Amino acid sequence: MAEHKEFNFDFMGHVRPAVALTTLLVIISVGASLFKGFNFGVDFTGGTLVELGYKSEPDLNQIREALHASEFKNAMVQRFGTPTDVLVRLPPTGDQKAASVSHRVVELLPGAELRRIEFVGPQVGDELAESGVLALLFALGGIFLYVMLRFTWKFSVGAIVATMHDVVITIGYFAVTGREFDLTVLAAVLAVLGYSLNDTVVVFDRVRENLRKMRKGTVTEIVNAALNQTLSRTLMTSGETMLAVLALLFFGGELLHGFSVALVIGILVGTYSSIYVATATVVWLGINRQEMMPVVKEGAGADERP
Amino acid sequence: MNEYPLWRYLLVLVVVTVGVLYALPNLYGDDPALQISARRSETVDEALSTRVVDALKAASIDVKRSEMQHKSVLLRFNDLDARAKARDVVEKTVGEHYIVALNMAPATPDWLRKIGAKPMYMGLDLRGGVHFLMQVDMDAVRTQTDERFVSELRTAFRDEKIRYRSIARDPDGGVRVSFQNEEAKQKAGPVLTKDFRELQRTEQSDATELLLTVSPKLTDEVRKTAIKQNLTTLRNRVNEFGVAEPVIQQQGEGRIVVQLPGVEDTAEAKKILGATATLEFRLVDFNNDAQRAIDSGHIPVNSKVYYDKAGKPILLDKKVMLTGEYIIDASSGIEQTSGGPAVFITLDGKGSRLFSRATREQIGKPMAVVYIEQRKGRAIEQVINVATIRDELSKRFQISGLDSTDEAHTLALLLRAGALAAPIEIIEERTVGPSLGQDNIDKGMMSAMMGLIAVVVFTAIYYRAFGLIAGVALSMNVVLLVALLSMLQATLTLPGIAGIVLTVGMAIDANVLINERIREELRNGNSPQASIHAGYEKAFATIADANVTHMIAALVLFLFGTGPVKGFAVTLTLGILTSAFTAITGTRAIVNLVYGRRRLKGLSV
Repeated sequence: MAEHKEFNFDFMGHVRPAVALTTLLVIISVGASLFKGFNFGVDFTGGTLVELGYKSEPDLNQIREALHASEFKNAMVQRFGTPTDVLVRLPPTGDQKAASVSHRVVELLPGAELRRIEFVGPQVGDELAESGVLALLFALGGIFLYVMLRFTWKFSVGAIVATMHDVVITIGYFAVTGREFDLTVLAAVLAVLGYSLNDTVVVFDRVRENLRKMRKGTVTEIVNAALNQTLSRTLMTSGETMLAVLALLFFGGELLHGFSVALVIGILVGTYSSIYVATATVVWLGINRQEMMPVVKEGAGADERP
Repeated sequence: MNEYPLWRYLLVLVVVTVGVLYALPNLYGDDPALQISARRSETVDEALSTRVVDALKAASIDVKRSEMQHKSVLLRFNDLDARAKARDVVEKTVGEHYIVALNMAPATPDWLRKIGAKPMYMGLDLRGGVHFLMQVDMDAVRTQTDERFVSELRTAFRDEKIRYRSIARDPDGGVRVSFQNEEAKQKAGPVLTKDFRELQRTEQSDATELLLTVSPKLTDEVRKTAIKQNLTTLRNRVNEFGVAEPVIQQQGEGRIVVQLPGVEDTAEAKKILGATATLEFRLVDFNNDAQRAIDSGHIPVNSKVYYDKAGKPILLDKKVMLTGEYIIDASSGIEQTSGGPAVFITLDGKGSRLFSRATREQIGKPMAVVYIEQRKGRAIEQVINVATIRDELSKRFQISGLDSTDEAHTLALLLRAGALAAPIEIIEERTVGPSLGQDNIDKGMMSAMMGLIAVVVFTAIYYRAFGLIAGVALSMNVVLLVALLSMLQATLTLPGIAGIVLTVGMAIDANVLINERIREELRNGNSPQASIHAGYEKAFATIADANVTHMIAALVLFLFGTGPVKGFAVTLTLGILTSAFTAITGTRAIVNLVYGRRRLKGLSV
């Protein structure tokens, strides 16, 4: 029954602290990305990665010594997920025979079962990084155009600002914590982009509907109303998506860990940005009722009251 | 109100039925299997199948089922143990002329196979195996082409009595010819126009010099041929391995992707795939002493210095008697007389004619077998054996002088598969061991199940009846997505499974939007029926906008993603499509069935 109460927060009245928080987060993220840099995975830097499975918990120092005593002076050895799994990382070498390096590692460490080898040549790493950046730009461009067609350019700007905000902070988290940034994390960042936008567009939709429908009230009041009307939906969807992503985080294993973490961060930031960043930008750019009036007879079905 | 016409209910029913049917094969799992196919032209028929099955029966190994496939026999076993035992028996029974490959064959029941239903195609990160990305060395191809023209030009100018000082490959590409004088250069003009149309001439500051470069058209042709031959050779070599369902594809201009499911010995795989070995047969120049020729620096005009395995120099005739390209079969074995390892070689028609003519006139003279391996565009040549020609050699003969049976085996394999036209280098490798593959499947499935259950339960608690309906639709969405992936045979990867889980979380959004709208309409005092109607109507535009923007992001991911990330984009994109159907049409059908045509006091939402 309709006992669910309506929300009535004055979102736009608290824009200042939100702007302060956002600015702070973005500055930290950009700063960390620029000055601290990322712990890029083998996908982007090139190099070799060998995952080995042992029957019982191995002595990491022994493994290190075995590798350092041979030609792998700068091999990095760490545990991976379970105590019996070990990850060996080798930086890229100029050697032509780099592809055969991995199997030398396996030879040097008897008693271990080979679980995974990843070798990425330097040229491939550069290409992967390049196509990642291109993907990000194309996605943003495509979204800008679509939102402009369906709404107006001001909404486009709002959507892009909010999306960039989410991407920057998600990436920033990886820079600040020094967590490994690999191809799957990049995929997650692009998924965050899609998710955040999904959220933003729903709010925009309601803003547009209210602008057309509500005869009274200032733009700020109308936007406030739209945010309140969509609030339970925003929280509900975020919560549900978060549940699914948490399932990935807890049950998906080590290989999907970075991916899941990026999504968790992205969903949190994305939910916040749809409420504050996207709409605040649109309000700040200034919108009025006239520009929202349908030019063509659009959404006629929605007005058919039964 | 809130009724669907009959066809809409039927549509939903048909889609759901088809979805369930085509998703079903994924529940049956795989049988460990052996696949027997012919190395060359040997026949694969029922007789072979019966012979193998009888042999297995004699060895008391249970065969679950044997099937004739296109040019191969598939034997299914109950467990991995039985297959391992069976492999030895089968290999002994069929002999060297057949390839016995390990395989995991889907245990899809016949009735499902008849309608073309197959389980999803698992990527290498799930089934285990090796993925190589190889770069074909195009510089080496260019060098080879230039070198070929160098020797052709020398012959042509000598025949035409055109005097030149030097003909050599230019370091920057092309062939640099330095003539004795301008007159000689003038004389060369017609020859070049007539016989070397593919070469473009560039005048040099020195009037007696000429730079000849290969035309772009020919360069392009040579490059394409090189890639094509490399693909063929790699395919042959992979076949020698006995890998079921390998992938060997060109990627971009000069790259080749090789995927070998189930291969664990990646070191061996790399060695065989990357080897560019071939053989040459040359007469030994026994008139001159090799060591003295090197010391004096006067190497006889028609001879070239080679070294044997011990590093001892040996002079061989510049003219090749036979090259490896005529070899149609090679097998390793034991030499009768010495008991050492040997390779038995069979030549094709042209090769045997050439070779018998070449050896007939040279009986009693020593002949050397040169092993040639290309490494980074440089040929490493080694004399592996010198033997006296005792008889005219033609179609079949043997080579001895190999160190071990392993060496003989590898050489035979490489000779069978042919040589690579251009050297290749592995620039990316992703290998996943079988245990990790299974782990990935288990973890992926676990998170998908847990994610689905959590979302369904949460939605049902929050939206009650309408939440439960949304949950049913969401589960159906997963079934449809799996069915679609199975039908398209798109590659399912671990990130792909993550995409399914994410879809589960995000697909519920449409129902959240609808249910929130219905609640809002109820709050505004509308009747339950009107609220359902308005809820769906008003939410639709929002869902459409949200899905399209989301789709843009997913498509971009698909276009730019490689490997596992592409798998993620595939499931995400398809998930958005299927969820649009289940979340809107699917739930509406159920809602209409349950609530339509009734007087309602309230809604459980």
